[in-house]
Amino acid sequence: MDLIQHNPWDELRAHTSARIALGRVGSSLPTAEVLKFGLAHAQARDAVHRPLDFATLRSQLEAHGFRCLQVASDAPDRPTYLLRPDKGRRLQAPCAARLQQEAPAPELAMVLADGLSAIAIQRHALPLLELFRQHFDTDWANTPVVLAEQGRVAIGDGIGEALRARLVIVMIGERPGLSSPDSLGIYLTYQPRPGMMDSQRNCISNVRPEGLPYALAAHKLDFLARQALRLRLSGVELKDDSSLQNVLSN
Amino acid sequence: MAYQTSVGNTLYSFPDLKTLLAKASPARSGDYLAGLAAATYEERMAAKIALADVPLKTFLNEALIPYEQDEVTRLIIDRHDTNAFAPISHLTVGDLRDWLLLDSTDSVTLAAVAPGITPEMAAAVSKLMRNQDLILVARKCRVITRFRNTIGLPGHLSVRLQPNHPTDDVRGIAASLLDGLFYGSGDATVGINPASDSLPTLMRLWQMMDEVRQHFDIPMQSCVLTHVTTQIQAIEAGAPIDLVFQSIAGSEKTNASFGVSLAILREAHEAALSLQRGTVGDNCMYFETGQGSALSAGGHHGVDQQTCEARAYAVAREFRPLLVNTVVGFIGPEYLYDGKQIIRAGLEDHFCAKLLGLPMGCDVCYTNHAEADQDDMDSLLTLLGAAGISFIMGIPGADDIMLNYQSTSFHDALYLRSVLGLKRAPEFDAWLTRMAITEASGALREIGRGHHLLKQLPFVSGAA
Repeated sequence: MDLIQHNPWDELRAHTSARIALGRVGSSLPTAEVLKFGLAHAQARDAVHRPLDFATLRSQLEAHGFRCLQVASDAPDRPTYLLRPDKGRRLQAPCAARLQQEAPAPELAMVLADGLSAIAIQRHALPLLELFRQHFDTDWANTPVVLAEQGRVAIGDGIGEALRARLVIVMIGERPGLSSPDSLGIYLTYQPRPGMMDSQRNCISNVRPEGLPYALAAHKLDFLARQALRLRLSGVELKDDSSLQNVLSN
Repeated sequence: MAYQTSVGNTLYSFPDLKTLLAKASPARSGDYLAGLAAATYEERMAAKIALADVPLKTFLNEALIPYEQDEVTRLIIDRHDTNAFAPISHLTVGDLRDWLLLDSTDSVTLAAVAPGITPEMAAAVSKLMRNQDLILVARKCRVITRFRNTIGLPGHLSVRLQPNHPTDDVRGIAASLLDGLFYGSGDATVGINPASDSLPTLMRLWQMMDEVRQHFDIPMQSCVLTHVTTQIQAIEAGAPIDLVFQSIAGSEKTNASFGVSLAILREAHEAALSLQRGTVGDNCMYFETGQGSALSAGGHHGVDQQTCEARAYAVAREFRPLLVNTVVGFIGPEYLYDGKQIIRAGLEDHFCAKLLGLPMGCDVCYTNHAEADQDDMDSLLTLLGAAGISFIMGIPGADDIMLNYQSTSFHDALYLRSVLGLKRAPEFDAWLTRMAITEASGALREIGRGHHLLKQLPFVSGAA
């Protein structure tokens, strides 16, 4: 005997990934749906709390010829990170001093920060960086790729300043959604220094194969980076006019 | 003026009213982040004890944010109704709690004093109240509003149907809308949070909802939650706009960060009224609020987040809204850390708004980086149901695929109706029965493939 009252409009699911036509038992969700939701939430929670494996990521990046550096924010652990966004934005003082001793960035500084989803960086950062390297012409051998632990977007400002970069590009794990635990965000800031406002940045969000795919994201990033360097600015005055149609048709 | 109290040998001193309020506020991460929270449990209780002795009249003489600097303060002071205040004008904050809880302080009495209560008085007394007090008093407040149906009748609960889609795909939105209607949701409003802010995209959303409403003759109102200035433009362009939406906050500076002012809201309200689209009433504004927004925008002026939130209700009150919604757990754990803090904040916001005479609903919600889960939402939902909440959100499976957070579902609304015997807005309820979606009792009927609404699906796709 089927205990569940099914909904005869399940064909509407073709139009949306929303949880529609779930059926009901009495007024309530069927067991299978409660479990599906619980699993998705568990994955999103794990994404927030799972630490990024910096050692593995670093060795992968170095194997692909990227010059890696590693820093930490002022937030010593995840609970502090969640409660004190100001600490996650600040570069730990010894790290800042150490970065200043490094060879300066030739043009770009790339920052990979765990943010709110380590798996976003673990899965998507390397393929995205590789595609971007193919598009964007710069002194890649000397371009620093800085791995930032417990970092928020603005940690790139201190990193970019210490490395005297013209443009800092921060790739960061976004706040996980129930159906998107591994969404990656990219933020560009021209002439970074601590105290920048969000309106001075450009953002590309929801980068993941099921969201904005790598190729499109790399294309947008290439466009925005070139424009920022040419116009000597980033933020609301820099519009994303990259013609995605060209990429899609290629 | 300093406020003081002694506990044993320790003298606690609070330099001004806003510091006293902040230290008396139940613990929450946003006040710690702002550096305003009590340093110890004892200091928090000392502040509550000192606050209990503050005469209500003090709130009329000591502005938390200076009158000259802030138009919300000016609104609060200039609109204060001395006659309505008279019956409670001799009370202290502690007395006000006692008075509110009296059996003799009934719905009629509360409605009469509402214009005499300022947001700061409401916030102050809430800080002395336990969760059960917040529930008991809010439940006594009656706030009834109308547009195409009636919201807020005793024993009733409405639902905002929120059929969001990450790319504003009209068929995707229509699919969630239908799902919600079949589950008996949508009497508060059908409100879409769009991903885009382009006018042509938004126009299609307003038109689709209006076509569905007219085709099926649904006594409901629709809304697209885009910036208020965009809605004014759209009204000028002939969009079929029922409710005008805006996020608001409790200080001029925070509202400025949202790109609004009282003047802009007034213009929007007049534009919405001019359309005369309501059939049973003309409450045509929908506001959203939430603790933490003022700190987030750097506009809190050293005032704690719950008091800032209550001040937003003065802004809402000015425009006789159909609905006000506190989006309680959306902002994240740096403002409300866990289920306990979210639950407390939801009850406070509902109480303060109802006491001030607003049709308060709640987006019972959380993000994935907060220490909360659906069990916490069940608790808050049930408590707010007991408190007489005007409306909640209905989102397919409680999972908003556009805004990436979890709220309450169509099923959750059915649960609350079932446990507490809550009915839908009567006009909408009658429509559901007429459409053979519900029994006369309000219970859902079994929907077969031959159902009228399902056979009209091509129309809905066509509307798209």
